[in-house]
Formats: sequence, structure tokens, C-alpha cells
Amino acid sequence: MRMRTMEISVGFLMLAGFLALVVLALNISGLSLAGQGGGYKVYARFENIGGLTVRSKVSMSGVQIGEVTNIRIDTDLLMAEVEMTIRDDVDYLSTDSSAQILTSGLLGEQYIGITPGAEDETLQDGDRIRDTQSALVLEELVGKFLFNKVSE
Amino acid sequence: MLDWIQSLGHTGLSRLAAFGRAGQLLVQALVAKPAPVMMFPLLVKQLYFVGVLSLIIIVVSGAFIGMVLGLQGYTILVDYGSEQAVGQMVALSLVRELAPVVTALLFAGRAGSALTAEIGLMKATEQLASFEMIGVDPLRRIIAPRFWAGFISMPILTVIFSVVGVWGGAIVAVEWLGIYDGSFWANMQQAVDFREDVLNGVIKSIVFGFVVTWIAVFEGYDCVPTSEGISQATTRTVVFSSLAVLGLDFILTALMFGEL
Repeated sequence: MRMRTMEISVGFLMLAGFLALVVLALNISGLSLAGQGGGYKVYARFENIGGLTVRSKVSMSGVQIGEVTNIRIDTDLLMAEVEMTIRDDVDYLSTDSSAQILTSGLLGEQYIGITPGAEDETLQDGDRIRDTQSALVLEELVGKFLFNKVSE
Repeated sequence: MLDWIQSLGHTGLSRLAAFGRAGQLLVQALVAKPAPVMMFPLLVKQLYFVGVLSLIIIVVSGAFIGMVLGLQGYTILVDYGSEQAVGQMVALSLVRELAPVVTALLFAGRAGSALTAEIGLMKATEQLASFEMIGVDPLRRIIAPRFWAGFISMPILTVIFSVVGVWGGAIVAVEWLGIYDGSFWANMQQAVDFREDVLNGVIKSIVFGFVVTWIAVFEGYDCVPTSEGISQATTRTVVFSSLAVLGLDFILTALMFGEL
């Protein structure tokens, strides 16, 4: 009988540990069981991507619709080329959509915001977003401000 | 002068011999696979003493550490107007650092010292010798189950510590300080990565469990079999395992997150 209560409590400990790991995975680290699943790739060139990194989020109207999967330098144009994966169920982005690099909050991380356009055709896998706006770099902004002051 | 050098050499040699004995004990305890039928009840008993009975202290300290983190994080972050980030601060510091380290320190104090004292007393009362007399290997019967019990229960306790700590932080931040709970959890889920943060924390705790139990079992097995020797061995267990945990934590952190 004594052995039995011991085994039951050890069983509860194991169960609690397993449940805690599940909570850590799903609730705290936000791992989804469905997995990343499918998505289609869209490219965009930017003059300056600022602090954008791989796994930064891509959002439309503040709702996350995908993430940045690769960043490289386009050696012909010497611009940054960002590859992002958009979820498959977001199939209504028109070809004249624009992409901006935005900052969440004052000290927050940077993300890509997509503003849909008016065309009827939608973006397909491998398409390129042409209308882009680079990240806001504080030093450049200060530089421009000082330049304007001097020229006044 | 020569005496001093001799005593230095003696200390060095005996330390080295102790390390050798510790390694020997480890190999023998791990290699000595007891028959699973006999091992299982012994292991369950040790898991109960080492794991289940440590649960209370782990849960209580986890909740309070999470609450303190929530409170401190809020008072700092509110100055920058980014108090929503308190969720990710609490979760990251718990999952990466505090849960493995504090659990290991509490475990060393709560379970490690008990292991050392128990084995030391067995040695002092010549129970270990009598096991050998009746043809039972004390390494199999006494050391191996205790070793495995510590090794298994540490990651479980660490994961429970993390979850309880995050809930404690959530209670303070969301319920008392009024942070919007949507942004609290969303920021946390955005910042915490399962493989990078959670699994690395669990790996840390596995290493700590291994080291703390090893030190505890060895100090007990190797102690001077007198009441004074047992008390010294128990103290050494707590001191050495705390130092080992803190030192190893720095090395592991540098390897995992430091991009070395």
C-alpha cells in the first residue's frame, strides 16, 4: 500500500512535468501544432533594411500574415533583397501592394508592413513587390535635419 | 619550507585521487545496470524522495520569483512606456536562466544534502560493507537508483518551475498592475522560441541534475565514516554543487546564447 501511494505520486510528478513542458511549448513559446505549413514566397528590394532579421514578422493592418525567411544583397543593383513567406490563406494581395519596413513601438523590433493595392491580379509565388519603402534610420534622419538647418 | 611544499603536493595528489574515485564511481554506477525488475521499485522510492518531496519548495519559490520579476520588470519598463514587454522579460529570464539555476541550487540544498547524509550514514554504520558481505553490490543497490532519480527529476522540476514562475509573473503583471493580457502573452510568444530557449533551458537542467547528483552521491560514498566526516561531506555537497552549477551555467550560457 505504501509503495502504491509512492508510485502514484511519482506518476503525478511525471505527468506534471510533461504537462508543464506542453504549456511551455504551446502557451509560452507559441509553438503551433499545425506547424508553419505552406506558404508562398514573395520578394522585395529595399535600399536599407535597418534592423530587419530573418523571422521578423510580415503583417498587414497589424495582423501577422507571414515572416521574413531570407535576406541577401542583390549584387547587380546593390540593394537588399528580402524573401518573405506569406501564408497560403492570404491569397488576396494585389500585385501593386507596397511593402514598408516599420518599427513596433519606440524601441521595438522592425517588421514589414504590407499595404494592399487596387489591382485585380494577386501576387503569386516568386513575385516581386515593386513599391517599397526603406527602414527609418535615425542617423540619416538627424543628418537630413542638420543639412536643412544649415541650408536655411 | 619543504614541509609546506610537501603538504601542497599531498593536497594536490589527494584532490586528484578524489576526482579519479568520483569518475570511477560514476562509471560503475552507470554501467552497473541492475535487473530492471529489482531496479524499478528502488527507483520509484528515490524519485519520490528526491522529486515529489522537492515539489513544494520548487513551486513556492517559482511562483515568488516570477512575481518579483513581474513587479521589477514593470517598474523599470514603465519608464520607457513599454510595459507590455514585461511578459517576454519574465518568460525569457525564467526559461533561459533562473529556472535551471535556482532549481539546481534548491535541489542541491533540499535533495543533494539529504543524499549525502543518507549514504554517509550508511557507510558510517557499515551498512554498505554488510551489503557487500551478503553479495549485493552497493553501487547497484544504493548508488545507481539515487543517481538516476536525481538525473530524471531535475528537468521535470525545472520545467514546472518555469511554468509556475510565468504564471506568477502573469498574476502580478496582468491582474494587479493591469497590463493588457493579450499583449502580455503575445509578446511572450513572439519572443520565446521553443528550440532556442525552452530546449536549451531543459538541456541546462539535465547537465545540472547530472552534476549535482554526482557530487552528492560521491561525497556521501567517499566521506570519512564518522559523525564529523558526514557533516563535512554534507557541507561540501552544498558548496561544491552550488559552485559547479553557477560556473557551468556561465559556460553553457556562453555556448548556447553567446554565439561564441
